[in-house]
Amino acid sequence: MSARTAADIAVGEDLLHVDDISLSFGGVKAIQNISFNIVKGEIRAIIGPNGAGKTSMLNVINGFYHPQEGTITFLGEERRKMRPYRAASQGISRTFQNVALFTGMSTLDNIMAGRSLKMHRNFFWQMFRYGPALNEEIEHRRAVEEIIDFLEIEHIRKTPVGQLPYGLQKRVELGRALAAEPSLLLLDEPMAGMNLEEKEDMSRFVIDVNQQFGTTIALIEHDMGVVMDLADRIVVMDYGKKIADGMPKDVQSDQNVIDAYLGVAH
Amino acid sequence: MFYREAGQYKTSYKADQAIFPIFQDRMAIVFYLLVAFVAIPYFGSDFFITSMMIPFLIFSLAAIGLNILVGYTGQISLGTGAFMGVGAYACYKMTSIFPDVNIIILIISSGIFSAAVGMIFGLPSLRIKGFYLVVTTLAAQFFLEWCFIRVPWLYNYNDSGAIEVPQREALGVIVTGASATPTTRYLIVLAIVVAMTWVASNIIHGRIGRSWMMIRDMDIAAELMGIRPLYAKLSAFAVSSFYCGVAGAMMVFFWLGAAEVESFDVNHSFLILFMVVIGGLGSLVGSFLGAAFIWILPVILRAIPDTIGLDINAATVEHINFMIIGGLIIFFLIVEPHGLARLWALAKQKLRVWPFPY
Amino acid sequence: MDLLFNIFVSPFIEMVTMPDFLLQVLWEGFVSGTLYALIALGFVLIFKASGVFNFAQGIMVVFAALTLVGFHAAGLPAYVSLVLALAVMGFLAWGVERVVLRHLVNQPDLILFMATIGLSYFLIGFGELIFGGEPKSMITEQLGLPTGSTTIEIFDGIVILQHLDIAAAAIAAILVAGLALFFSKTRIGRALRAVADDHQAALSVGISLNQIWAIVWFAAGIVALATGIMWGARSDVSFALQIVALKALPVLILGGFTSVPGAIIGGLIIGFGEKLFEVYWGGLLGGGVEGWFAYVIALIFLLFRPQGLFGEKIIERV
Repeated sequence: MSARTAADIAVGEDLLHVDDISLSFGGVKAIQNISFNIVKGEIRAIIGPNGAGKTSMLNVINGFYHPQEGTITFLGEERRKMRPYRAASQGISRTFQNVALFTGMSTLDNIMAGRSLKMHRNFFWQMFRYGPALNEEIEHRRAVEEIIDFLEIEHIRKTPVGQLPYGLQKRVELGRALAAEPSLLLLDEPMAGMNLEEKEDMSRFVIDVNQQFGTTIALIEHDMGVVMDLADRIVVMDYGKKIADGMPKDVQSDQNVIDAYLGVAH
Repeated sequence: MFYREAGQYKTSYKADQAIFPIFQDRMAIVFYLLVAFVAIPYFGSDFFITSMMIPFLIFSLAAIGLNILVGYTGQISLGTGAFMGVGAYACYKMTSIFPDVNIIILIISSGIFSAAVGMIFGLPSLRIKGFYLVVTTLAAQFFLEWCFIRVPWLYNYNDSGAIEVPQREALGVIVTGASATPTTRYLIVLAIVVAMTWVASNIIHGRIGRSWMMIRDMDIAAELMGIRPLYAKLSAFAVSSFYCGVAGAMMVFFWLGAAEVESFDVNHSFLILFMVVIGGLGSLVGSFLGAAFIWILPVILRAIPDTIGLDINAATVEHINFMIIGGLIIFFLIVEPHGLARLWALAKQKLRVWPFPY
Repeated sequence: MDLLFNIFVSPFIEMVTMPDFLLQVLWEGFVSGTLYALIALGFVLIFKASGVFNFAQGIMVVFAALTLVGFHAAGLPAYVSLVLALAVMGFLAWGVERVVLRHLVNQPDLILFMATIGLSYFLIGFGELIFGGEPKSMITEQLGLPTGSTTIEIFDGIVILQHLDIAAAAIAAILVAGLALFFSKTRIGRALRAVADDHQAALSVGISLNQIWAIVWFAAGIVALATGIMWGARSDVSFALQIVALKALPVLILGGFTSVPGAIIGGLIIGFGEKLFEVYWGGLLGGGVEGWFAYVIALIFLLFRPQGLFGEKIIERV
């Protein structure tokens, strides 16, 4: 396990900072006044019971939902509203709770798709698939092959992703997110619905990504064992509010958290 | 037995990223091209070339155009007929404004006009999805049809309201008008279709094609991967309409010789959509197979009563034709919703492992 | 300047100075709106229950009317023909469920949509083969529908109301009320709403999808027959009607694909809007704008309210 201590985090530089975010749909308040930060290089977990607003929080971070109040500061740049592709071009990339792969395309194409932002050859060269366009295609193929290698999915390179089992689809999705070489990687329940072995594999990949590439990761996960092992720090949400924030061992013993998970007599 | 890829090792990503990575496939393409460019003009009868091959190729091109929109980008359109019309009328106008410019350049440039019109009517697709988009493309269809009737400038104020193809030469050969030989027209159509199919295939296999498919498969995820829906959708509308426009211009200039608004009505939009669906959504080969099926089948069906000596009047045959096509569409959708292209791929797969089942 | 005057001022002056003519135009709009609404109603029924966008609804209208006229032409009394035509529509519903829908469960919407286009091609060919392609007149009098007209004197002018149109509006109202009652009060109606909500959940509580689909297609067939009679009585029964039937699409856009009241209100908006625009503004554009006006209204409307008139705001989730 990574040996980041409270002291490391304290001196770390903020990568992302969300400040007093509130989001509602009609009368439903999905997120209420949430603030937290993500420090460069850490693994930050967001946990909470179902319907606590965790996925909405990720959606806010990458620009898919626009919060009614609050600001987000990413890499020192403050923003209120932006389209998802802007967030992507700033270096935020993500996976989804319900696998959202491009089902009609092969594994290779899916991961190539993740590199869309890095490819720039114009329409003219694309038309003839010649010169710069072809070179670019091949150069990125090389990068994609490295990711395929890293995630150990060589054997399904050319399989349409729709035909893959769930665990592999999740892995391809991680590969697609990695292909963008993000500075912040958002993982929405990367281990949901997996068996123990698949969870172990996935945990290993998450740690490897964090350590080898130095990618900062924010993840949502329900498996407490996994979260406690992986995360450097944890935000706990319940009914759209932040109820705890801190190192795993502090969160674990927090009375509010215990109440939220086990229920409390009113 | 001959269709084996064993032993063909790729030693570079370039070889593996090629559009036809298998040697036999490349040979097959060469073979088809030889047949199309040499055998058919040499052996084909005028009837075969004029009534089957030329319309088949033109519809294939239109089907590729629509397939880019429906099959690759996932945006349903019922305005194909009208976009073809824009190409045809634009080409007609240009022949009267620039009588000295080579007709083939004019045909290709007429696609630019339909691409522009297509982009305008594609704008709503940024907010509207699925069947709602059918309505906006129908708006394009009926509005443009109306323009073709009510804007007499488009058909040079002819009393007939029709556009008639003037005679034009290219490289000293008469290529359009009544005196152009079927073979000449066929070869020009073939060359344009082959070139444009090659370009389409390049675009689809590259970055832009991937961005279309991303929008088709999961538009939200595509946007979160940095695809701008505006660019992806509008470029699909533009390229698609460009293809349809060129097909429309060729339809009038190399096949029909004259046309009025009926040649571009909503039934043509349906016809092309059938070709795309029957052939296979998201497949270039499918566009050709679909066009062949939908166009050539009725020609054969019409010929059957004569050949076997049955005396049925033409109208009845036409009605039975409708029934058979309607029935076959349903049949195909039930048996193989992915179209002829999937059957083609399956056949190739079987051939690859033959004589073993797997 | 002249142009602006012609667009923004003179039509309204015309409306105010000739109110009787305006009333007549509104009445015409109301009548064609009713017919659009009826076609849209057929779409809505099927879309609600099976999620199929039934492109063949327009053809079903023609086909139903042709069958009715065809039976009568074969020498049967009008009412017997009516019953037989209903039976044919029932058989068609059963056949469609048996041959088409049952095999296409769980296919993408586009495939089902294409299948209904295939169905309409089949029905066009079949109808023309049996009944011939030439337009026919509806057996209006034999069915006991009123003919003739009432002239109302109003605003120093006259407004002519065809009795047939009044009857059409009344029949449409009765039909809608009957369907509403059927779907809210009966067991089958409840099952249908369950299917509309969630196919699999409905299956799991023992509702037969196949049966529901056949019933819904039959209901749509009844609506089609009624529409066919009304429409046929005003003009002729011919396949040209299928293009007009496409106008149900913009109606559905306005009203929403699943709302019966929406279909009616949408139909009326399109009917009124189209007639007013054609009469007062169409001349500026050279006439014939009825062909596309409905679609353009729907298009503009969609840009501002993509969810339709009665739809809830769409929240996208990932």
